[in-house]
Amino acid sequence: MRKSRISAVAAMAAAAALALTGCGGSGGDTGDGGDTVKIGIKFDQPGLGFKDGEAYKGFDVDVAKYVAKELGFAEDKIEWVSAPSANRETLLETKQVDMIFATYSITDARKERVAFAGPYFVAGQDLLVRQDDTSITGPDTLTGKKLCSVTGSTSAKKVSDSYPGVALVEQGGYADCLGLLETGGIDAVTTDDIILAGLAATPANKGKFKVVGNTFSEEKYGVGLNKENTTCADINKAITKMIDSGEWEKSLKANTEGTGYTPNAKLNPPTPEPCA
Amino acid sequence: MQGYLSLWDEYGGQMLSAFWGNLQLTFWAAIGSLVLGTILALMRISPVPSFRAFGTSYVNIFRNTPLTIIMTFGVLVLFGVFKVQFSSDFNLNFFQIAIVGLTIYHSAFVCEAIRSGVNTVPLGQAEAARAIGLSFMPAARLVILPQAFRGAIAPLGNVLIALIKNTTVAVAGSVAEISGLMKTMLEFRADVGILIFLTIAVFFVIVVIPVGLLTTYLSKKLAVAR
Repeated sequence: MRKSRISAVAAMAAAAALALTGCGGSGGDTGDGGDTVKIGIKFDQPGLGFKDGEAYKGFDVDVAKYVAKELGFAEDKIEWVSAPSANRETLLETKQVDMIFATYSITDARKERVAFAGPYFVAGQDLLVRQDDTSITGPDTLTGKKLCSVTGSTSAKKVSDSYPGVALVEQGGYADCLGLLETGGIDAVTTDDIILAGLAATPANKGKFKVVGNTFSEEKYGVGLNKENTTCADINKAITKMIDSGEWEKSLKANTEGTGYTPNAKLNPPTPEPCA
Repeated sequence: MQGYLSLWDEYGGQMLSAFWGNLQLTFWAAIGSLVLGTILALMRISPVPSFRAFGTSYVNIFRNTPLTIIMTFGVLVLFGVFKVQFSSDFNLNFFQIAIVGLTIYHSAFVCEAIRSGVNTVPLGQAEAARAIGLSFMPAARLVILPQAFRGAIAPLGNVLIALIKNTTVAVAGSVAEISGLMKTMLEFRADVGILIFLTIAVFFVIVVIPVGLLTTYLSKKLAVAR
């Protein structure tokens, strides 16, 4: 009895190990010439990467589609994969995705584990306030105000490090922050300007909030890649082509419509950095 | 390895103070839920039907509500809509809301643990207490509960272990504790991602294993010999 149970456990462990390696191995060669391309995006970031029923919408999605097309993958050859912030490096390392377009800032710590193409957009930390609020015009007017950001985000850390006079509420997602902002529990939501604009442009929020438009950081959104990629230069070419063709600006406008948002013109559109 | 050491340089102090936050949450919520849970258990074994009904409804409602929802409710509704302020200090306020949330949730489990202890007390004990003229409260206080607690140490220990780990849910309530810091570390130190998880897991193991050993020891030592 005892023996058979042990061998059953061993068999299960072996099966699990097989299943796991199977997972990691597949999709490794799709970057060049495979049938489909797996692209990681946010599924819950309106205006950037958002799953709306069966359709995927947003600026990140548009750039991803354009780049995939330039790499030779038609739209129906794209497999969209949800890429939450904390999982992005792992998804790339284990080749569960080929590329990530998910408000993915290029940083040195991340370059230890993954490679980046791009940037395709330069965002900056900004503030979202209620439409009728004129007391907040930028980071210097925040003393004594209540702010909300997402737990563990770059924006939350920046506020608590650089603006100690600010009361910071940390929530699990920006939707929760917007709820607090609407009911008056807090005075402003802070994160990258384009994320705020995307949130404010959703039908449910239209006309309620405005982006202040006084950025105080620089976040270069890159395309996350596995370190062994061979596609970085081609992706950069595709991004440049998208910017030159006017598609880039068109998509940006369409996804932030009605919020009065314009990206920082000094930094946008960006020139992709040379691949390492 | 170099990267992991620099993680400790950068976040070591913050990790300890964040984990201290978890332990503080555990401490206050454990006291709160022990008091509230005992009251609820008394209600559930009391001879008054309306008390029994209240105790039963409380346990069934809060035992079956996800803790995350209670926490989120605390912030988005109590703080956001009704502007409830337990404390004028902004961050302390969320800390206290989290303690209330943890207490409300865990007192349902404490109540059931104590009630299971009450069930280990033979009926004859209650009848004997009655026979010498004790009414319900004195009988509970002097005869039933002392024996019940000694029989309930193991399940109470389980509740405490669950509580220690559940303090990480307070991240939903904007409390500076270890799982929130973990998210920050993952955001900024993606290069040592898995080690971050393991480090924090070790923090909890270090605290939880002694609690488990202690409750097992006490439950044997204090068991009522019958």
